[in-house]
Amino acid sequence: MLAMIPLISILYEVVKNGASTINVDFLTAAPGVIGQAGGGIGPAIQGTLILVGLTIIIGVPLGVLSGIYLSEFGDNPVGRVIRFLNDVLAEFPSVVIGVVIFTLIVLTFRSFSVIAGALALSIIMLPIITRSTEESLKLVPNSIRDASMALGIRRWRTTLSVVLTTARSGVVTGILLAIARVAGESAPLVFTILGSQYFFSALSSPMDALPLRIYRLALLPYPYAQAQGWGAALVLILMVLVVNIGVRWATRGRLYSRRSRP
Amino acid sequence: MTKFGVSFLTGTNWDAATGFGALPYVLGTLLTALIAIAIGVPISVGIAIFLAEMAPDVIRVVVSNIVELLAAVPSIIYGLWGLYVLRIWVANYVQAPIQGSFGFLPIFSGTSYGLNFLTAGLILAIMIIPTIASISREVMVSVPTSQREAAYSVGATRWEVVRMSVLSYSRSGIFGAAILGLGRAIGETMAVTLVIGGATGAFALPTSLFKPGQTMATILVNQLSEAESGSLQLSALLGVGLVLFAIAFAINVVAQVLVWRVLKVQGGAVE
Repeated sequence: MLAMIPLISILYEVVKNGASTINVDFLTAAPGVIGQAGGGIGPAIQGTLILVGLTIIIGVPLGVLSGIYLSEFGDNPVGRVIRFLNDVLAEFPSVVIGVVIFTLIVLTFRSFSVIAGALALSIIMLPIITRSTEESLKLVPNSIRDASMALGIRRWRTTLSVVLTTARSGVVTGILLAIARVAGESAPLVFTILGSQYFFSALSSPMDALPLRIYRLALLPYPYAQAQGWGAALVLILMVLVVNIGVRWATRGRLYSRRSRP
Repeated sequence: MTKFGVSFLTGTNWDAATGFGALPYVLGTLLTALIAIAIGVPISVGIAIFLAEMAPDVIRVVVSNIVELLAAVPSIIYGLWGLYVLRIWVANYVQAPIQGSFGFLPIFSGTSYGLNFLTAGLILAIMIIPTIASISREVMVSVPTSQREAAYSVGATRWEVVRMSVLSYSRSGIFGAAILGLGRAIGETMAVTLVIGGATGAFALPTSLFKPGQTMATILVNQLSEAESGSLQLSALLGVGLVLFAIAFAINVVAQVLVWRVLKVQGGAVE
């Protein structure tokens, strides 16, 4: 009831104001000169894709491995401490993670860089994947593990080939939701990849990303910037919601109990 | 960070000449978070009660999906929406009437753009509803059925059952959920940055609901990427980051412990 009003209003405004802006040129061109209409969000889309790709490379293996550890070997004090800290990290403000990376990477190398942004996003992604992996591995019945053990298969082999395969859809769901989350993340990007007017040049230089572009556009006082901001918002919200709704649709009715935190 | 001492937390100036003090931002953070909690918690608990206790299946699925999608919308989009839509509503329908009748009170004075603490608090309230509602619902679902049946069997009406058995049983879990929401509200950045107005120094002291201000998270976004390395401003900003880190960590640990304990104890008590 009451909760629907903001969502519907957000979707309505984004579509109403964004749809007219979007065309091929807008999606592929670099931003124009500030203060003049024209230009697009090509670098931003490219940047978001690169960033998400790098984040997946760093974050997914670590997250899945941590989840496996917590689920299969984590029933001891160490595991409980890790699980607790993981839950705390999952709710941690992303801007603080950004500051930590800023201090560690940007100040050390004296340059805003793509790598710093990807690291910050990986830290945000890690706890989400860890938790969803752990939860879905826990749903695998013990009898399957026992059966594999009874065949004389080793523990790590059982975990990798049998348990992980059985829980695959849950793990993939968690990864997709985590990707959707980091794709929309903007606060840590402001002081890690900084934003740029140009297409990707090097891993060690600033880059643009969709949420960042929306932020910059929203700060500009021109009507064209407002329209482009809505257009970029529409692209971003489509990316994020398509993943979310798709995942929900694909897993509907399945017993997928995570401690559902957004 | 160690250059400042206690005066960093109590000072109100923010420039290189007179020094840096974080007090306005700490207070701004607290004020917006409190507004968010005051508005967000009752609504979320209402949603949770509705979902856990009375909604028919079809509506429950639809509403809970919508609530979760609300959680998935990126915060920058809330910010854009807040900047171009919510801000206008607040300026026209909340601020104008209140200032018309009570404008002489200092807490209602301020500019009329709608870029102020109240708008920031409102957008935070919308953003924390999904968190609080989904956790509260889980806690309520974990209340043993025997509790409800006991209340029904002594002739309680539906509302009395909700109030007596469900709410009192899950109180500490809801409290934990509210604290998690508080943690989110304190750390939330981009949406707030766009609607809070971005005042600095003593101008950002939250003396009125309708004044532009600044929170700890927004000052970081606004200034950190432009601060010169080695400068006092940079140290001050990192100091703000440290304070925010400490607050967020403390709040999250408390909230996790509360929610965790409730789910564990009551999950075990069901059998």
